[in-house]
Amino acid sequence: MAKQHDGVTRRRNAFWAALALPGVVWLVLFFVVPFYAIIGVAFGTVDPIFGTPIPAWNPLEWSYEGLDVVVNGLVSSEGAFRTVFLRTLVYVTVAVALSLLIAYPVAYFVARYGGRWKGPLLLGLIAPFFISYLMRMLAWINLLQDDGWVNDVLLWIGILDQPRNWLDGRASSVILGMVYGYVPFMILPLYAFLDRIDRSLLEAARDLGAGPFQAFRLVTLPLSLPAILAGVVIIALPMFGDYYTPDLLSGSPKTSLVGNQINLYIQGGQQRNVGAALVVVLMLMLAVLLAYYVVVTARTQRRLHG
Amino acid sequence: MTTAAATAGARPAPTAARRFRDWWANPWGKPRFLVLYTALYLVWSIVPILIAIRFSFNEGRSRSTAQGWSLRWYVDDPDLSVWNDPDLRAALVQSLRLAGLAVLITVPLGVALAIGLTRWRGRAAGASRYMSLVPLVTPEIVMGVALLLVFVHVLTFVPLGTPAQVIGHVTFSIAFVLIIVRARLLSIGPEYEEAAQDLGASPWQSLRLALLPMLTPAIVASAIVVFAISMDDFVVSAFLSSGTNTDTVPVRIYGTGRTAPTPALNALATLTLVITLLIAAIAFLLWRIVQLRRGRTGSTLQEFAQLAE
Repeated sequence: MAKQHDGVTRRRNAFWAALALPGVVWLVLFFVVPFYAIIGVAFGTVDPIFGTPIPAWNPLEWSYEGLDVVVNGLVSSEGAFRTVFLRTLVYVTVAVALSLLIAYPVAYFVARYGGRWKGPLLLGLIAPFFISYLMRMLAWINLLQDDGWVNDVLLWIGILDQPRNWLDGRASSVILGMVYGYVPFMILPLYAFLDRIDRSLLEAARDLGAGPFQAFRLVTLPLSLPAILAGVVIIALPMFGDYYTPDLLSGSPKTSLVGNQINLYIQGGQQRNVGAALVVVLMLMLAVLLAYYVVVTARTQRRLHG
Repeated sequence: MTTAAATAGARPAPTAARRFRDWWANPWGKPRFLVLYTALYLVWSIVPILIAIRFSFNEGRSRSTAQGWSLRWYVDDPDLSVWNDPDLRAALVQSLRLAGLAVLITVPLGVALAIGLTRWRGRAAGASRYMSLVPLVTPEIVMGVALLLVFVHVLTFVPLGTPAQVIGHVTFSIAFVLIIVRARLLSIGPEYEEAAQDLGASPWQSLRLALLPMLTPAIVASAIVVFAISMDDFVVSAFLSSGTNTDTVPVRIYGTGRTAPTPALNALATLTLVITLLIAAIAFLLWRIVQLRRGRTGSTLQEFAQLAE
């Protein structure tokens, strides 16, 4: 851009700032302020008669009773929250690992071998975005019923002797639901990153004598690491807050996750400060993942388009 | 093979093991395993939905076995069909209402934000850019709780129900508009506006007459995405709902899915899907008509595909 004298560039810059202003104000009002509302309620008290939360806006007036309940629940060995947090960690890790195993080959195939079929394939991969998450869970509820097709098929093959109840509180059903629900969200970022890998690097490796598995291990895999990290973060973050998948695919508190606990305390109404404190603790734990994602995205955007 | 060996005279015929290894290691061979894997994935991904849609046409009450064909759960059944059950109908209407309002507010706001944020320089600009990406990675329950608490304790002039739900939908959709429009903006570059300004246009005029027409595929794509996201949203709509009359379709499915579910739920979900796809198709076709009127006969699908790059 040709260098113009200061008056013009500053005025031009103000023009762009003015254009962005309504959006920024909206986000501050309806995104940043609500976070402070959570903090206010988390560190507030509860009205002893009505059970309604009384938020504390001034940090000097903060009460730590909500946080106490959460921390006690986490730290003590019979604490209710400890099992829930550990369970959530396990479920999310397993679900993310399975999703990666499923998503990577598909993304790799479409990126590397798509060719003429790339358009229709991408359409097939994007289709789940237009289908409500709940409709996709509904589909699995239907299939997992006692007289549903899953039991039918398993009986016919002979794996089962009688129909098994899949919806009574099984970790496997919940994890299956989570994988089914979140895999499409992993495939697209994976595909976007894998698409950018320079194919000639792979050909060079083969020319230099590497076998197919060697080439994959030494060239493709290291180059896909940013893609894998992005995909993992993109689905792990929402998974930590998931409460509807266990609710729908298992009616039982045996599969209660962090999201379920938060939902219980907030919607229950009597101890909203505990619910808010749970959210604060969850967000602190996710802050690391969050910060990483934002920085990497901004850096990648700059690298690709800067 | 034997003739080549005879002419070369130096090597013996390759063994079966050697030939298999050559076939397996061929870097230009067809990726048979990956083709199969991807096909299986697509089947696993789409077929359960097709089955759910099939069951919505059941004649009986079952949601897990096929029982004839009928529109019973759509219109016929006098109490439980989508047409006649007031709760289900209200849910459909509420979903459409929220989605429409969300698109009307988010698209202009988001496009202005995208253009402004891309061109604006300075530390405040950088901070704003990071802030606008954070809603994308915030777990929905955190957003739901945050918005619920803010509307109950701080911004109490916003009632729960439709106003709160619309604000919630706009807030988490704006990041998607940002990404789509910003990507397109960065690939267009500032040259066209600079040319317009060299010819005497003011910054506002060059924006309106030079940049916005070029952004239209991105704007249409954002509108479609915001509509789809809003129709599918569950957590924020559930937390900010003021009761059964402001429940959206996903909230209804969640609420009824565990008590006395009938295939009417499948019908409701199918209708939502069809409407979303219809709106996307209509937006796409309208854009195509506008393009043809302008005399640009190139492939519209290509333009949209370029957005994905």
